[in-house]
Amino acid sequence: MSSWPPGLLMIIGGLLLPCLPKSGRRWGTVLLPLASGLHLLWLVWGELPDPTGLQLFNQELTLVRIDRLSLVWGTIFHIAALLTAIYSWHVKDATQQSAAQAYAGAAIAAVFAGDLLTLFVFWELTAVTSVFLIWAARTDRSFHAGLRYLIIQIGSGVLLLAGIAMLAGEGGSSALVFDNLWDRFQGGTAGFCPVMLILVAFGIKAAFPLLHNWLQDAYPEATVTGTVWLSAFTTKLAIYALARGFAGADCLVWIGAAMTVFPIFFAVIENDLRRVLAYSLNNQLGFMVVGIGIGTEMALNGTAAHAFAHILYKALLFMSIGAVLYRTGTAKASELGGLYKSMPWTCGFCIVGAASISAVPLFSGFVTKSLILEAAVDNHYSLIYLIMLFASVGVLEHSGIKIPYFAFFGRDQGHRVSEAPRNMLIAMGITAAMCIGIGIFPEPLYRLLPFETGIAPYETYRAGHLISQLQLLAFAALAFTVLIRTGIYPPELRALNLDTDWFYRKPLPAGIRACWRTLEQWRSDAVTGIHRLADPLRKGAHHLLGPGGLLARTWSTAEMVLWVAILLGISLVVYYL
Amino acid sequence: MDKQAPPQSSGQPSEQPPEQRRYWLDAPRNVDRVVKGVYVLCALATAIELLDGWLGFKHQIHPEFAQTFGFYGVFGFVCYVGAVLAGKSLRRLLMRPEDYYDE
Repeated sequence: MSSWPPGLLMIIGGLLLPCLPKSGRRWGTVLLPLASGLHLLWLVWGELPDPTGLQLFNQELTLVRIDRLSLVWGTIFHIAALLTAIYSWHVKDATQQSAAQAYAGAAIAAVFAGDLLTLFVFWELTAVTSVFLIWAARTDRSFHAGLRYLIIQIGSGVLLLAGIAMLAGEGGSSALVFDNLWDRFQGGTAGFCPVMLILVAFGIKAAFPLLHNWLQDAYPEATVTGTVWLSAFTTKLAIYALARGFAGADCLVWIGAAMTVFPIFFAVIENDLRRVLAYSLNNQLGFMVVGIGIGTEMALNGTAAHAFAHILYKALLFMSIGAVLYRTGTAKASELGGLYKSMPWTCGFCIVGAASISAVPLFSGFVTKSLILEAAVDNHYSLIYLIMLFASVGVLEHSGIKIPYFAFFGRDQGHRVSEAPRNMLIAMGITAAMCIGIGIFPEPLYRLLPFETGIAPYETYRAGHLISQLQLLAFAALAFTVLIRTGIYPPELRALNLDTDWFYRKPLPAGIRACWRTLEQWRSDAVTGIHRLADPLRKGAHHLLGPGGLLARTWSTAEMVLWVAILLGISLVVYYL
Repeated sequence: MDKQAPPQSSGQPSEQPPEQRRYWLDAPRNVDRVVKGVYVLCALATAIELLDGWLGFKHQIHPEFAQTFGFYGVFGFVCYVGAVLAGKSLRRLLMRPEDYYDE
């Protein structure tokens, strides 16, 4: 088992779960992440064969590589899997239970992949397993959204495979080692095309601008618990892959900055609160991508720390809105409000998640995002710093204020429902405690980070930083108050907003249908033309062979004998000639 | 599938029917108090900058242009209003009926 990738237990266990009775499946969903976590601990503390590899097509594959970078993601993925399994305790659907475990296991295994081919296998497995969490909602919308999601995710895998094949073609037994591909490209040991293909493959999964909309399209269509599972793994796996393969790629600074900004405007006007959270997720990924682009030890530590904290507070927000959806049957802001009266605990946990994502001091986002902002300033990215500051205000707007305000406060819509189920409350409670714990005691998280740069927690809590952040948040909250009180704040409307998915949901199908109609017309014209051309021939043949035609006529025996005699005569003449 | 909302009657019985209970935020006076709390917080966050001569924290704020008095407050307020207004105007361009995609 020492050569088994961490997470493989969850994949195998997850696939076997449907064979168990209902209660066994429930326990299985909680015990599998625990067992996988223990397996990881055993690998970390035990003797790991080096490399745990095998040979394929002349390439050395490393199924397990544990280092400080992969360990951050491996740790938080296990924690997220356990918390989400507790949150999903009430789920009886074997499809969801099985898919969720296999999906989380695949993401964990991908993080510890030491080569690109192993990464590809688990990369695709995350796509194939996670789509069942969308389809499990069993609605027409979820079915179509799942199909679109699967096509895009598989497409990302295909690009990755193409890049891998080109890298392998460039030669060398270590061509497929999963290390910093950007450095290899800069150093001339890897070509432009394969590196760009792999970057785009990672970028699709990381929801780069214009490649992002699968996220906002699919996540809100999944089941209540499915969205929480999805929020933790796919995109953060891509962030890990970028941190591993493209640290220091300058272009990522600008891509990341764009990612932090554009989802804000969509989130402001979005009515579905789970979709608002999906936009917010996109925005948070932007901060991590900026950190990767800066590429210094401080910036990469910031990215790793932010990914760790982000998985927790984002899961907490999805959990709380999931609980609202579970109880009220809707997650639309236009139909919600006043739920703090019926769901006070869920409301409290949502506020903790909102404070964490908004980087309120003493909450997790504050101590992790600061590292990225600090790295931007240290490396003279002043404009990027300002863009991220704007994005921080945007996060406060859509996740810090809009989500709790419209779900739990605002206009009371009269929902009088029970508090969330106990298992959901336990999961949300632990997650909220971790968000606060990281905010107050960031040191254990800082110790886990990939580089030992000696970041002291008191540096994060320096008076200057504390006061500037408080001022930023307080005045942003003031702006909300003014906008709401003056009626300028846009009301929540039952509507959808177009995004890049419009291109492949409207013009693309319309274009394909138009092409099909044109081809059909061409085929029809061709058939008509052939008929027109063949018509004289057909008529001639009909005249000759049709009923009453010359050759089809009934001939008398005497006429036939005459013709036979004539033919024999002709043949005799020909013979003598 | 776990998307179904259980019937409302499945709720834990509370001591008093929720409709008859008055919650803290039901009173407009308390909402005003929350709003005043935001004003006070903003005033404090600005006022504390005046104590820089005594506390000496401004040199910790980077980049240097951000050391201007009230920079983060003005930036936060303006960006928030800008983001909301920009989003609002984007609605005219992007908003469609819920059944637009007809699925």
